[in-house]
Amino acid sequence: MCVSTRLNVLAHTMVPDHQIMNEEEVAGLLSLYNITNEQLPKMYHDDPAVKTIGAKPGDVIRIIRDSHTAGRAESYRLVVKRPKK
Amino acid sequence: MRSEYEQQIDAAELPVKTKEQLKKYLSEKEVTSDQFESILNRVVSEYQNTRIEACEAVGIIAAQSIGEPGTQMTMRTFHYAGVAEINVTLGLPRLIEIMDARKEPSTPTMTIYLEPEYAGDRDRAREVSWQIEAAPLHEFGDITIDMENMQIVVHLNTAVCEKRKIQPAAILEIASRKIRERRHYRDFEFETDEKSAAIIFTPKNRESYQNLFQLAEHVRNVIVQGIDDIERVVVRKESGEYILYTEGSNLKDVFDVEGVDTTRTRTNNISECSHVLGIEAARNAIIYEALSTLSEQGILVDVRHIMLVADMMCMEGEVKQIGRHGIAGEKESVLSRAAFEVTVNHLLDAAVANEVDELSGVTENVIVGQPIQLGTGDVKLIAKPLNLGES
Repeated sequence: MCVSTRLNVLAHTMVPDHQIMNEEEVAGLLSLYNITNEQLPKMYHDDPAVKTIGAKPGDVIRIIRDSHTAGRAESYRLVVKRPKK
Repeated sequence: MRSEYEQQIDAAELPVKTKEQLKKYLSEKEVTSDQFESILNRVVSEYQNTRIEACEAVGIIAAQSIGEPGTQMTMRTFHYAGVAEINVTLGLPRLIEIMDARKEPSTPTMTIYLEPEYAGDRDRAREVSWQIEAAPLHEFGDITIDMENMQIVVHLNTAVCEKRKIQPAAILEIASRKIRERRHYRDFEFETDEKSAAIIFTPKNRESYQNLFQLAEHVRNVIVQGIDDIERVVVRKESGEYILYTEGSNLKDVFDVEGVDTTRTRTNNISECSHVLGIEAARNAIIYEALSTLSEQGILVDVRHIMLVADMMCMEGEVKQIGRHGIAGEKESVLSRAAFEVTVNHLLDAAVANEVDELSGVTENVIVGQPIQLGTGDVKLIAKPLNLGES
């Protein structure tokens, strides 16, 4: 799965903005919803968008979507290793 | 509208879209600050009221909201998308395909947008389409089977090559390599002649005519220009720019073609989307595909239901199907899984693995005959005896 040089994944209209969250933000997020980071939705470490922003397994990524309903919606995903089949 | 109103709207706890709508509505009106305050308060409280409540069973609502209109859908539709005579599966079969998260849809298609300098010019758009459309060798010249000398002679037509913007020398080089690599046929030798733009293939086994004809078949159909998976490309003009529609899909290779707009080009193959663009793009693709399949049939389903389905499917980092191999098969509760499909297998496996059912979901509690934990069943009363010490 190599990403070609011409393609910038994050520039594509279907890919929302991905940002790595720092530790403070993650702690704030988890305490706001009173959850552990294992309860967040996940994404794999070899996901093209994750590779582009250079996130490592264990990082939490903030995704800012253009929502059909709200206009702008934030979502969070935990980067995990792709399980071996 | 006064700027302080705008600031107040921005500070309110409302979604961006509602804020914009409110601003737009108020921009044409003259309102006093009292009126404005009551409008804003009404909007905010209305928004709070319409939000879904905690513990609401949104899944079952989504299921019904998609399921009921689904019964109205055409069972089998073979539709030609627009005038472009490209066959696309639509209606119920397509919806099932999306929910099942098939690796390959039955009719993969791409919508390829072009970069500005190509999009305005029909000839340049056509040039890009030749780089994409798979063209077999027989379109570039004459192929003759020489039975006497047991060989196949290909004479390239230089006029066609020029029209299609490919060097004859390139074809000579690609043809034999591709027969070996893509068609996995190796029992032949070849000689190229660049001057006359000819190529002569001879089978290794020169005794059998069957081999010769087999080789001829490979030579005739080997793809020498374009991307192998893309069988057909149609150029159409839409809202002032030329767009390519394809039969067959290969997102990764198409992105490498010069002139293709890598920010807007899309495919209807969701699994490919998730591989090339990531899980978030796959989520968007599921919403887009499901919504357009439904609305094409004149069925209006609220996007929230589809978003919920897409969110569930993309929860774990890869696209999972709705069904026993995906979401339904990974439920925590044994009884809930057993109630869905292949009951005995689930019960047996759970017994072997010594699984425990916490009876926390809806299905399990219905099975054992307890009140479900939704609605009134979600409220629990704890009695606190007041005078415990007196008796």
